[in-house]
Amino acid sequence: MFSAEYLKELDKITAKYEQKRAALLPLLHCVQEKEGLITPQTEANMAEYLGVPVVHVHEVVSFYHLFHQQRIGKYHFSVCQTTACALRGSEDVIAYIKERLDLKPGEITPDGKFSLSVVECLGACEMAPVMQGNKEYKGFLDKQRIDEIIEKNK
Amino acid sequence: MEKIVSRHFGLVDSHRLINYLKDNGYQAARKALTQMTPPQVIDEVKKSNLRGLGGAGFPAGTKWSFIPQANPKPKYLVINADEGEPGTFKDKYILEQDPHGLIEGIIITCFAINSHKAYVYIRGEYVNALQIMQGAVDEAYRAGFLGKGIFGTGFDIDIVVHPGAGAYICGEETALLESLEGKKGFPRLKPPFPAVVGLFGCPTVINNVETISCVPPIINKGAEWFAKLGCEKNGGNRLFCVSGHVARPGVYELPNGTTLREIIYDHAGGIPNGRKLKAVIPGGISAPILTPDQLDVKMDFDSLKAIGSMAGSGGIIVMDDTTDMVWAAMIAARFFAHESCGQCSPCREGSGWVYRNVKRIYEGHARPHDLNNLPGIVNNIGGNTICAFGDAVSMSVGSYVSKFRSEFEDKIKGRVCQT
Repeated sequence: MFSAEYLKELDKITAKYEQKRAALLPLLHCVQEKEGLITPQTEANMAEYLGVPVVHVHEVVSFYHLFHQQRIGKYHFSVCQTTACALRGSEDVIAYIKERLDLKPGEITPDGKFSLSVVECLGACEMAPVMQGNKEYKGFLDKQRIDEIIEKNK
Repeated sequence: MEKIVSRHFGLVDSHRLINYLKDNGYQAARKALTQMTPPQVIDEVKKSNLRGLGGAGFPAGTKWSFIPQANPKPKYLVINADEGEPGTFKDKYILEQDPHGLIEGIIITCFAINSHKAYVYIRGEYVNALQIMQGAVDEAYRAGFLGKGIFGTGFDIDIVVHPGAGAYICGEETALLESLEGKKGFPRLKPPFPAVVGLFGCPTVINNVETISCVPPIINKGAEWFAKLGCEKNGGNRLFCVSGHVARPGVYELPNGTTLREIIYDHAGGIPNGRKLKAVIPGGISAPILTPDQLDVKMDFDSLKAIGSMAGSGGIIVMDDTTDMVWAAMIAARFFAHESCGQCSPCREGSGWVYRNVKRIYEGHARPHDLNNLPGIVNNIGGNTICAFGDAVSMSVGSYVSKFRSEFEDKIKGRVCQT
């Protein structure tokens, strides 16, 4: 069961929707914001809270890209690899991040500070190549900017 | 040229109500609710020739008229702010820099279709837009533009800002509805159409952010004015997004019917570094690619359809002559393979198959039959799926193969893996 505190917050969100279950995505965002990831226990608690089978919660968690079932780094790089960014050098940016942090997409550094995923279009092609780092969009990426980001978040 | 949807872009604090009010803010909503009837509003929007600016270009007023008013179920308006079509970033600007323009459009649209509840579904990555939109909604409630009995009429309206969670397919209107209902984004079969069976099984209009943002100006200045700005059957301006190999990537508001050449060279600065244009995507990654001889096409829905492509989301991606078209096809194929929701076998299996096939050709270990098989694989996805994603794979990737076949052949000549 979710704690009474959590329930208060979750109820506020659920109240906006005609059907309780429709609140699932913002509810999951809310819990992930606090805990950093979605665990099987969270899925079970959520299923109980919404009155749906656990598999329905798990389907959603595994379907949507922004929900993490594994821990991500304190600073998470999500780098776009789709057409507009690729045309402006995203492949080099991705290769450079992999090299500097010794990471493959999906991995986290041993000290837990950085992780990397390669994503599709972030909707900021006007500043290609683009990444989203811990919610913030950063564009016009090159080796120098990547170095700055790594330095800032070491 | 008079700017409509982008008239507040770049102004300091343009997202704040206090500034929106300084420029006729909420006067169109007041006019619609106090001086017009819902059928009059729908009629005005029909006459304006406003077409859906998310990608499909369906006439907005016509869509609204499909809502069966005799149906006793509540009606819903859903704003599609899932903006995920590669090459497209215009809605982000509206959400962040003119949220009240969208809110006012929502009020008028809800009035027109007799809906009292609107959801704004914003892609989960757009953290700024989500915050700003929620802030604007809160301001609108405090000022009495949302809530019970607005403008002294009996009309109630509520807006909920709802986050997505990272899935391109949720930009497809029925997948969006599934997602909004708390499920994975599997598209629904149409018919029934959302206007009859939509959110929670109720009549629903789903429209793109930019489409609804055009509504207040149409009410303020009239359908005729809007229709004249564009071209026949495609009224108004639209926000074109230009990216890729251009000097000035960005959003450009221009009349529907402006040529592609003019957008790229007169507005976006042309191709830098002395290079030449080789190919251009005219309307988001799903749109069949165009070649330099097609640059004089007018950028409106009907003209682009006539030359075998689409105006789509207005996402123009420019490729210069350094671009390897097999590589570009691979990037597109990879995108579709990653974003396939998995519901339909031809797409789930076919998109991956296409990607691996093109990747083998690009990387130089194509098998002898790979290029000959490719059109067959590509063409058997579209038309065999529940939603248009399958059609997009076929049209988009297929266009690279048909228009640049020699590049595919070159990769294969003498580099076929003989195992």
